[in-house]
Amino acid sequence: MDTIVETLKAKFPYVAPRPSADHPAVNVPATHLREFAQRLRDDFGYSMLLDLCGVDWDQDSPRFGVIYQFYHAAKKTYLRVATLAPDNANPAVPSLAALYPAADWHEREAYDMVGIRFDGHPNLTRILMWEGYPYFPLRKDFPLSGIETELPAADTTAATHAKVIAAPMMGGPFYAATEGLHHMSDAEPRARDQSWTEAQPKPGQKG
Amino acid sequence: MATSTEISLGDVAARGAAYAEELPGEHMTLNVGPSHPTTHGVLRLLLELDGDRIIKCEPVIGYLHRGDEKIAENMTYNQFVPYTDRLDYLAPLANNVAYAIAVEKLAKLEVPPRCQAIRVICCELARISSHLLGIGVFGMDAGAWTIFMYCFTQREKLYTLFEELTGARFTTSYTRIGGVARDMPDGWLGRVNKFCHDVIPVVDEMDKLLTRNKIFVQRTEGVGVITKEDALAYGITGANLRAAGVEADLRKDNPYCGYENYDFEVPIGTRGDCYDRYLVRIEELRQSVRIVRQAIEKMPEGPWYAEDAKKIFAPPKGKVLSSMEELIQNFMIVTEGPQMPPGEVYFEAENPKGALGFYIFSKGGGVPYRLHIKGPSFVSLGILPKMLPGHLLTDVTVILGSLDFVLGECDR
Repeated sequence: MDTIVETLKAKFPYVAPRPSADHPAVNVPATHLREFAQRLRDDFGYSMLLDLCGVDWDQDSPRFGVIYQFYHAAKKTYLRVATLAPDNANPAVPSLAALYPAADWHEREAYDMVGIRFDGHPNLTRILMWEGYPYFPLRKDFPLSGIETELPAADTTAATHAKVIAAPMMGGPFYAATEGLHHMSDAEPRARDQSWTEAQPKPGQKG
Repeated sequence: MATSTEISLGDVAARGAAYAEELPGEHMTLNVGPSHPTTHGVLRLLLELDGDRIIKCEPVIGYLHRGDEKIAENMTYNQFVPYTDRLDYLAPLANNVAYAIAVEKLAKLEVPPRCQAIRVICCELARISSHLLGIGVFGMDAGAWTIFMYCFTQREKLYTLFEELTGARFTTSYTRIGGVARDMPDGWLGRVNKFCHDVIPVVDEMDKLLTRNKIFVQRTEGVGVITKEDALAYGITGANLRAAGVEADLRKDNPYCGYENYDFEVPIGTRGDCYDRYLVRIEELRQSVRIVRQAIEKMPEGPWYAEDAKKIFAPPKGKVLSSMEELIQNFMIVTEGPQMPPGEVYFEAENPKGALGFYIFSKGGGVPYRLHIKGPSFVSLGILPKMLPGHLLTDVTVILGSLDFVLGECDR
């Protein structure tokens, strides 16, 4: 086992080693995350938070987790920290934005994509999707083809009276030629797990 | 005969101060972008201005969001390679290589030396291509048009080389998990060598045109300073981090692809301003040429893909058409995808824009369970709300140009 994992385990009783194919990795419960990250930065010298991402573990419970990638800028080593959000219905973990300003945008992205709330974040709003978008697209139950939603330009259309027409989404991201085929799932094997076909419209699609 | 009349201006400063009392001093909100020449893509900035001075900046991103991570979870590892072209679309070859290495780390697969050397050449040519564009548009943003033309002439030559190697000028999709799509064409290395020979005088010329250019220096020096502490706290990587005076280059610190065998230097800035970021990039151009030359000189013979990885790399077409075993192997990899063991990795490569990271969680099989992409441009833009306030509106152009970001990778 890696020495850093040993050291961390000896110092913090709640730290558990985590299987990893490359860098040292540990599991930390969400309740201790902020304290742990603070010590990691101040005592262990992991000065950079390179990345964090939300994960939907689907059938597992707790269902949602966050994976952090820390970097020791002097020793040039990585450390992966994983945590799980205890509540499946309203997943939340503490925000690290006050410790690592880099977490600000990454946490907004994880919230936007997976729907994990970060307690104590200064401005937890959507970042890639628009404000008011109703879904969390990287959850496993969100279909690859997307769900039709109202276009976010209601105020613009009210002011300009311009007609906003949605782009033709038929076929979704992997649309293939359908000559002689009745369902796109016949044309594109990777789309077979989709919850919709041309005969059965996708969720939210009108007509 | 001319007559002169003396007019008294009085106490200008006092009058100015009196006016300042009179004027309400309202703040103005200015919207820049999402489609604006200085934003280099679809970046939108909401600026709050007090006269010419920026009080607050709120970047709005996501206009180029395509859901790459969702798409990755629904296709095999090799099928995702073309999507990596469209991350940092100014250096697609470097993205291809970074992604391939990340997946190979998962499989604990080591590619043969020839493949590594080809990949190094790809990465460095991509870096030259990206930095040429970065410096070119940076110069243009600061009013130096000529540089842009010089850079684009060279990029055109590079695109011809890319086309010869990969079949495409822009969307290269050159790597496969466990190798590359095909070996280099005959005589290609000679033409790359010729390019290296031709590009150095142009870099020198750019250097002469810009580095001591009074207008350029005055517009960039001391502008957009990122301190060492801020750069680390905000997770900035790549040339922007090095310009802030941090010695960090993944090619040296955590070598991949055999970078430890090449002799090159890492330029470091001192002040972290726009000028330093320019200087670092122009020196990196020279260092990249140095690496490419070494790779050409030492180009090893041998296989250009991992021959032993029967469940990962689909063999070349010639073998597929003549041998039953290879045909089955090809069929399995194309339909099921390269077979990966369960596990998780995070791999970062030193890309032109910074460290491009891939976090992959695999439950086994040919499709990742979760694939997260850390785009360095996303991080570089995250510092804008902290950095821009206090600067003048005209500095925005220069600062954005110096950060050298690309929205394809920021929004993914």
